[in-house]
Amino acid sequence: MHKNKSNSTLDSKLDAVSIALKQSIKNLDSYTHVRGESLYVDDVNVRQGTFHAVVFDSPKAHGKIKHIDYSKAEALEGVERIFTYKDVPGQNQIGGIIPDEPLFAEDDVHFWGMPIALIVAKSEFIARQARALIEIEIEDLPVITTAKQAKAKGSFINAPRSFSLGDSEKAFANCEYVFEGETFSNGQEHLYIESQGAYAEPLENGTIKITSSTQGPTSVQSITARVLGIAMHKIEVDVTRLGGGFGGKEDQATPWAVMAALATYHLNQSVKLILNRHDDLRMTGKRHPYESTYKIGLSKDLKIVAYEAEFLQNSGAAADLSPAIAERTLFHSTNSYFVPNVTTKVISCKTNLPPNTAFRGFGGPQGMFVIESAIAKAANEIGVSARTIQEANLLDENDTFSYGQIAKKVEAKNTWDSAKHIFNIDALEQEVEDFNKNNSVFKKGLALMPITFGISFTNTPMNHARALVHIYLDGSVGISTAAVEMGQGVNTKMMQIAADVFSIPISKIKIETTNTTRVANTSPSAASSTADLNGKATLMACNSLVERLKIVASEILSTSGNDISLQHESVYVNGEKSAMTWTELISNAMLKRVALTENAHYATPEIHFDKTKEKGHPFAYHVYGTAIITTTVDCTRGTYEFDSVKIVHDYGKSMSEGIDLGQVEGALAQGIGWMTMEEIAYNDDGKLLSNALSTYKIPDIFSVSKEVEVIPVETDGNDMAILKSKAVGEPPLMYGIGAYFALQNAIKAFNPNYDLKFHAPLTPEKTLMALYENKHL
Amino acid sequence: MITFILNNKTIKTPEHSGMTLLDFVRYEQRLTGTKIGCREGDCGACTVLVGTLENDTINYQTITSCISPLGNAHGKHIVTVEGTNLKDKLTAQQEAMKANYATQCGFCTPGFVVSLTGFALSNSEKNYSNALDAIGGNICRCTGYKAIEKAALQVCEQLHFSSEGLSTHQLIENEFIPAYFATITERLKDLEAKDINQPKGKYVSGGTDLYVQQADHLADNSVHLIAEKDYLKGISIENNSCTIGTNSTVSDLWNHNALNAYFPKLKDHLKLVSSEQIRNMASFGGNLVNASPIGDMTIFFLALNSAVTISDENGKERQTALKNFYQAYKTYDLNDGELLKSIHFKLPSKQSFFNFEKVCKRTHLDIASVNSAIHMSVENNIISEAHVSIGGVAAIPKYLHDTSKFLTGKSLTSETILEANTILQNEISPISDVRGTSDYKRLLGRQLFFAHFTELFPKQFTLNDFVQHA
Repeated sequence: MHKNKSNSTLDSKLDAVSIALKQSIKNLDSYTHVRGESLYVDDVNVRQGTFHAVVFDSPKAHGKIKHIDYSKAEALEGVERIFTYKDVPGQNQIGGIIPDEPLFAEDDVHFWGMPIALIVAKSEFIARQARALIEIEIEDLPVITTAKQAKAKGSFINAPRSFSLGDSEKAFANCEYVFEGETFSNGQEHLYIESQGAYAEPLENGTIKITSSTQGPTSVQSITARVLGIAMHKIEVDVTRLGGGFGGKEDQATPWAVMAALATYHLNQSVKLILNRHDDLRMTGKRHPYESTYKIGLSKDLKIVAYEAEFLQNSGAAADLSPAIAERTLFHSTNSYFVPNVTTKVISCKTNLPPNTAFRGFGGPQGMFVIESAIAKAANEIGVSARTIQEANLLDENDTFSYGQIAKKVEAKNTWDSAKHIFNIDALEQEVEDFNKNNSVFKKGLALMPITFGISFTNTPMNHARALVHIYLDGSVGISTAAVEMGQGVNTKMMQIAADVFSIPISKIKIETTNTTRVANTSPSAASSTADLNGKATLMACNSLVERLKIVASEILSTSGNDISLQHESVYVNGEKSAMTWTELISNAMLKRVALTENAHYATPEIHFDKTKEKGHPFAYHVYGTAIITTTVDCTRGTYEFDSVKIVHDYGKSMSEGIDLGQVEGALAQGIGWMTMEEIAYNDDGKLLSNALSTYKIPDIFSVSKEVEVIPVETDGNDMAILKSKAVGEPPLMYGIGAYFALQNAIKAFNPNYDLKFHAPLTPEKTLMALYENKHL
Repeated sequence: MITFILNNKTIKTPEHSGMTLLDFVRYEQRLTGTKIGCREGDCGACTVLVGTLENDTINYQTITSCISPLGNAHGKHIVTVEGTNLKDKLTAQQEAMKANYATQCGFCTPGFVVSLTGFALSNSEKNYSNALDAIGGNICRCTGYKAIEKAALQVCEQLHFSSEGLSTHQLIENEFIPAYFATITERLKDLEAKDINQPKGKYVSGGTDLYVQQADHLADNSVHLIAEKDYLKGISIENNSCTIGTNSTVSDLWNHNALNAYFPKLKDHLKLVSSEQIRNMASFGGNLVNASPIGDMTIFFLALNSAVTISDENGKERQTALKNFYQAYKTYDLNDGELLKSIHFKLPSKQSFFNFEKVCKRTHLDIASVNSAIHMSVENNIISEAHVSIGGVAAIPKYLHDTSKFLTGKSLTSETILEANTILQNEISPISDVRGTSDYKRLLGRQLFFAHFTELFPKQFTLNDFVQHA
């Protein structure tokens, strides 16, 4: 209790202090970023004699390996050795949730791009040449590329999950309107600009240090230990920063780090493995494609009375994080709406694609797309605007989610109403209508997209973090946490917390690399929770140090510790500045042999979830918001632009406005990309066709919305969030879903004969086909 | 020896001229600010500046170093992000990126900084639109670009939206570039960069296509670099005819005043062709012999009814019409040892109309699903001559013989155009691939054909004249 109290006092003090800071602080790393001096894995100075590795992967999506001949590759000058599963001293197993994924294929291959061997050579170039010399013979087995095919064949990852609230079956009987339909949302390539990679080096006594571009250093450490059959303390994993992650380096940074470590283990020499872009695209999983069916029932006054959905998740060839992602689809299947009768089911389907994995939103976006599709369909059939149905069903205080959590501090209606009023929705809609009346070649469409996204790892035991804070004897500070910096600005936030608590300038604080020997047993930087978990731990550690320092100061200044405060790098007594500076205080603490190091552990309180009942309180809190998206379609060419995205977003009380705005804008662009131009394509043999940046397009500067306006909604914030500043990484991605429906509305304005389809992404191809569907010359 | 100035340092290297400039700066010189994103020129993370001495001044252009042969740096000033840094403070463009939160993970950031530096150094008007063009080839996955747009605007402001840009001296004074830039002109003049001995090997000009297809091969085999060959360069206009050396880049066309007068929408058309970095390198000859059925410039020149001059190893020349040059998929009328020398075509006249259309998944820096061009002369509403080309719908970049012939002599009416489309549809044979289904390409082919007429004759035709509304 005492600790909680002191935390909340600090929180309120920090609210005041951080106002100045939060507006002026730039991303901590931006100085070295813009100068090209920031270090990523491939920039680390390697030891003399370092070997370079390239992965040999399956050229078939499913089959039995009949024969592999490495002799020509091994004979190539400069090739050191080729490693296969036979060289694994521990377990050839990298599966996290379910042990179903070998590091290297043994007798069978299960996806095109599945690693079979690691070629280690004097240079990457030689290793690549050697790869081309490997001869392999594979006996084809039937290939499954879609979730539907997998379901038909009974090919699943695990048992389906199902959530229910009320009794949907009964409720449909009393509905005025009932509609059913199908939806598809495609996968999405992460396209972190820095591809996957790791560098392993041997230390003494069989210890290996791995520098990895991973969101989950502990995962890299534990899986490496498992594969090598050695203890975790023999593996040190260090992460400076990532050149983008987006979920793609949560689990799938692991195999490359393990392979580099395996080669290091055998060769006692450092080994670097950086995937080139083609290898990365081919070998790694993506956002899960979903094939879903829905049934929605509405009352006469357009209340959604019942909703059922079945989600077929295309999980790929192994579980990876699919079960957890599937679960989040269920958590977010009703998005921002209260539906009293819900039955949802998700089936993780095993296919012959690379194991699909975490991607910003983590299954949530796929779930939300389905209910938004159901609403669009219902609106179209009933003859009202989707907005009318959305608005009639927004979540309210004390409503129950289908997983049993009671909604508290709900901002769904607040953001919706604010968006309507601030941006004058009636005028916007009128503008679109007038434009469409006056233009036959270009058509505009508008859609609203509310979001509600739960914050916490839905796997409750993962919601913890630690911070290790050192104050050095010169008064400078070093902070280690489990947080991995990947552009989201978490290091800046950690630094802000320490600067505020210690009241020292940011130049005195260094955020250290994320390292498993300093902070152990960590959860990955994911689930938008990194700043919350690690920030709370940092806050606790800094707070403990301050309490200790106050005693030191009070003893020297002959006063009570309660009278002491730290302000502006000085010790204050009862609000008056004393002669003692921060640096002197630290010197005195050293002389008094007071510990200037603190390790704090934070575990999110209150949350719980019972998977046997599929009920509980899995989320610390929810993030809310509403976006209004407007698009203009060129009906000659089927191309489109986004005129504006106007958002009212629930930041809580943002501790770093510039950084948080960047998260919203970046997530939005990714969400729109997922819904529009980003199109993953595999052929029936399971070969990736969108296998390069020339065939897989992500938004460029010309294709993002002309205007993006983000207004923070006025709220009290939430104490479960760090300094009441809510998590911001994932939720705004789902604003992008509105892009689909805005486009569809524009298409409909040109071609009333168009039958609504819910098949994302809505590419220029699908747009043109829709514009001219049932429309003949 | 390949000799050039890298940032503030003179380099003389015996390295293989076919290795990529990227690998040289990153791994030989350990200038790790230049990042590897895709090695295909599609992300801009490896952007560097190339300064070329031209009449006592240095013309700086951005290129993607991942698909540029090291040998092409010979005699030039190459600038990586490190070479733009000031001591202990940020340049104006770096500060703009920082101040506007335009960097998140930071991996793409050096590329943006170099592109903005290139913009500051260029002769182009310092307006916002040109600033965006300058960074249009840089992909960022984190920010959603809005913060980068703000940074670009700030850079324009600090360049005072000047029409011709600032002098080197002014740029140094205003902290856009470090002081050593002032010494480069003299140093490049003094650089002992004789023509490097070119071995027999694969002809490489800009390298933008070859290095995407076969970088490893080129890094390991001898290449014959031709980008600096003067006899393959230059754009000349005589008697309403234009001759373009095959080494000319898309940017050479972009910057050519007279051509812009003949083709008032030239920049709009060329903006649809790759990115500024690539346009600065990509040669016409390369685009033509790549023989991609979807090559933008090939489609452009086919509609101009161009002819190409081909020269053999002994300098013996022959000519052929571009429309007859392509024989089958990636097969064309060029013998071993022959080189495309130039392309020539009749310029548009007062009675003639030219248009280029291209649609892809992403409007910029993407390969077309279908592209098309038309050049037609109209007198008294009669089409006296017509040439229509279309890409992405056949094994070769397609000159539409039948459609062009049909249009010739017809009156310019919607009936003519609708009938011509029927012929067009018979002439094309699209296949389904990653760029679209065959049905889509047929529909798009029709739409782009219609678009030519609505674009060229907006008072005469609207989409409704061609497409019946339900």
